[in-house]
Amino acid sequence: MAADSEIHKAGLDSILDRYARDPNALLQVLREVQELHGYIHPSSISYIGVKLGIPRARVEGVAGFYSFLHLQPHGEYRVLFSDNITDRMQGSQALMEQMCRQLWLQPGKVSEDGLVSINTTSCTGMCDQGPAMLVNGRAITRLTPQRVQEIGGLIRNRTPLSDWPADFFRVEDNIRRSGPLLDNTIAPGDVLRTALALGSKDIVEAVKNSGLRGRGGAGFPTGLKWEACRNAPGSEHYVVCNADEGEPGTFKDRVLLTSYADLVFEGMTLCARAIGARHGFLYLRGEYRYLLEPLQAVLQRRRDDKLLGRNILGQPGFDFDIAIHLGAGAYICGEESALIESLEGKRGIPRNRPPFPVTHGYLQQPTAVDNVETFCSAALAMQMGAENYRAIGTPKSSGSKLISVSGDCPRPGIYEYPFGVTVREVLQDCGAVNTRAVQVSGPSGVCVAESEFDRKLGFEDLPTAGAFMVFDDSRDLFEVARNFVHFFAHESCGFCTPCRVGTAMLKSTMDKIAAGLGTQYDLGEIEHLDHVLQTSSHCGLGRTACNPVLHTLKHFRPAYESRLKSLEFEPAFDLDGALARARQMTGRDDAGAHLKSEET
Amino acid sequence: MTGTFQLDGANIPFEPGQTVMQAALAAGRYIPHLCYHPEFKPHGSCKVCTVKVNGRTMASCTMPAEAGLKVESNIEELNGLRRTLVQMLFVEGNHFCPSCEASGNCQLQATAYALQVMTPHYNQFFPDRPLDASHPDILLDYNRCILCELCVRASSEVDGKNVFGLSGRGITKHLIVNAESGLLKDTGMALTDKAMQVCPVGVILKKGQGFSVPIGERRYDQRPVSAQALDDAPRPADASGSCAACEGSS
Repeated sequence: MAADSEIHKAGLDSILDRYARDPNALLQVLREVQELHGYIHPSSISYIGVKLGIPRARVEGVAGFYSFLHLQPHGEYRVLFSDNITDRMQGSQALMEQMCRQLWLQPGKVSEDGLVSINTTSCTGMCDQGPAMLVNGRAITRLTPQRVQEIGGLIRNRTPLSDWPADFFRVEDNIRRSGPLLDNTIAPGDVLRTALALGSKDIVEAVKNSGLRGRGGAGFPTGLKWEACRNAPGSEHYVVCNADEGEPGTFKDRVLLTSYADLVFEGMTLCARAIGARHGFLYLRGEYRYLLEPLQAVLQRRRDDKLLGRNILGQPGFDFDIAIHLGAGAYICGEESALIESLEGKRGIPRNRPPFPVTHGYLQQPTAVDNVETFCSAALAMQMGAENYRAIGTPKSSGSKLISVSGDCPRPGIYEYPFGVTVREVLQDCGAVNTRAVQVSGPSGVCVAESEFDRKLGFEDLPTAGAFMVFDDSRDLFEVARNFVHFFAHESCGFCTPCRVGTAMLKSTMDKIAAGLGTQYDLGEIEHLDHVLQTSSHCGLGRTACNPVLHTLKHFRPAYESRLKSLEFEPAFDLDGALARARQMTGRDDAGAHLKSEET
Repeated sequence: MTGTFQLDGANIPFEPGQTVMQAALAAGRYIPHLCYHPEFKPHGSCKVCTVKVNGRTMASCTMPAEAGLKVESNIEELNGLRRTLVQMLFVEGNHFCPSCEASGNCQLQATAYALQVMTPHYNQFFPDRPLDASHPDILLDYNRCILCELCVRASSEVDGKNVFGLSGRGITKHLIVNAESGLLKDTGMALTDKAMQVCPVGVILKKGQGFSVPIGERRYDQRPVSAQALDDAPRPADASGSCAACEGSS
């Protein structure tokens, strides 16, 4: 055991030193230890606690919060199939079964020889080129039975990930329709030169006049946020770019970070100039780990070009730099106050508000947290001029919006539209036919049925963070909702009672209905749970967790009712199902190993 | 800022920095709660204290009191919500009141009685939560934990020991102790710790002592939880209205 502990302490010091033994960097330290050892050994947790000067229990608590950090060995190869509904529609479940058979494994278990584990994970943001998976945190796209077979072979042969075919890891941008943002001709530094001619107040005014609203979904006016942050007293001000693109079905930030990283950083630096910040963070979701090195390279080039660092563009006192902080598999960290907690190396629990991050954010200092696309749009608006930018879109939703289209259509990918475009126009452009429903803005958004396809994307009607998942008439909307309910239960942070317990109950009730054991009584229970979640949850996750069920019940109630027994009440307990474990242990699945359930 | 707000039609005075809950309790008005404790900074996780503030539902323990607020609390809609939340806490853990040492002293049980919870209503989760009997003086029965974090806060803020913490996420969130072995005996926990006194249920128990006060004569057998909560609430210390125990809890 002692020798084991020594092995696990190896390499820790260099990681800890790289982060200057800063307790705020705890999550980054743990993530690197996970990369180094494949899991985080109990002795590593104790060691990190001592070296960072924080209680061991806090280190363990943080390590236990994030999906991509493991406290037990999880195999040399850790395979995670993306489990968004779009991956499932592309056949991910059959592929996972195939791989489990090939490697003699059960989902969630580690192989006896400690070689490999296979499980599912929340949407990895590759819906336009799924089914997708992560292997040791690296994204693999366009899975087919052949590709899965090859991957199984590579794992069995213990081929290092670096020697796997590069094509496995290829991620396409799939830009299908561009507009002012994606067609921009801004060269690095252009926007900052424009901004330098203005005072910080004028930048804020320009952003306010452009009518720009946050692109993460909530739509708070960006100029007002920057103004409030600028005016808030504090020893430091911080800029935070929210690149924790976790909403299933959204992948536009992935494309911006891949091909428009300069514009993202230009927008962040513009914000820094406006609010008087010297430090910025890009909070990059763990699923986009493969973007870390390319983004670091862009940051370094910008430092070399005097677009970051001290005296930016030769302007004395204009100091600003950006650090990249990686997430580790927690959707809740897309919520801005949970994101800040995570930046501080804590469990990603949304804070009580007020106070808001603009006055009490990172380290309780004024902090402007904006979405990736918001920073790009702010830079664009600055360059175009507020009036010209405002002329695009609709009165209350100025500018253009990137839509991530996936699901049942021949041309999934990124579409840029002026706000005000109808659902129907998007469907036509992506070539979707026989569409039954569209999930706008992800599971927490709205399920739109055919009768509503003339509704417009924009803050006046259908606000969206960008996800646009298409379901044709072959799809079962009950299964769509059930997938989303499972997602919310998995991603609940567990802080408040209604969300922690309620999402788990919602999940088991949907599973009960799926198993053919549901009754009208269960639908009533779902409606009651929805009310409890909506009225008493701590944050938006709990409040929106029931949306998928509410919306599909409204439009597609027969999809639920066709599964119900006509009884008033049916217990979830299934006598035959209770024997499943005995069947598994004895390797039997014949008729004699089953109890006839009460058929009437 | 001082002033008054309305709680179910009554005027409630408040001191600067007080939350709706603190002001209500100080004024002799009970709002059901579990994770709130007068000696610790409220964090608002159990949501049992949810009230309607100008029509919007909020946790009253974290909602700053403001002059002129219209707060509704003792209405059937909210008591129904509280009943569900308490039922959720019951089925999430393993609570067997008749054999529990904390029965009669348990705030969860007493609050359930006060809210007229008659059954758990929902299917039991039956989670697997092993006991920790490693410490010579103290037993930990995780089965009863409602994740209020009061022991975490007490051990950190008062005892300066950080014996407790939370790990996991969502429905797998759970209480942990500050030891590589995962056992209480390897922490600095002692009987004299504040963390020994704050558990609202029956997780943290003194060993070698069982049912020394008979059931029927215990804390909430004597007086209902609402009366006990008001007794425990810090009151204005003198005519000037300063509230000593509220310091540091804003």
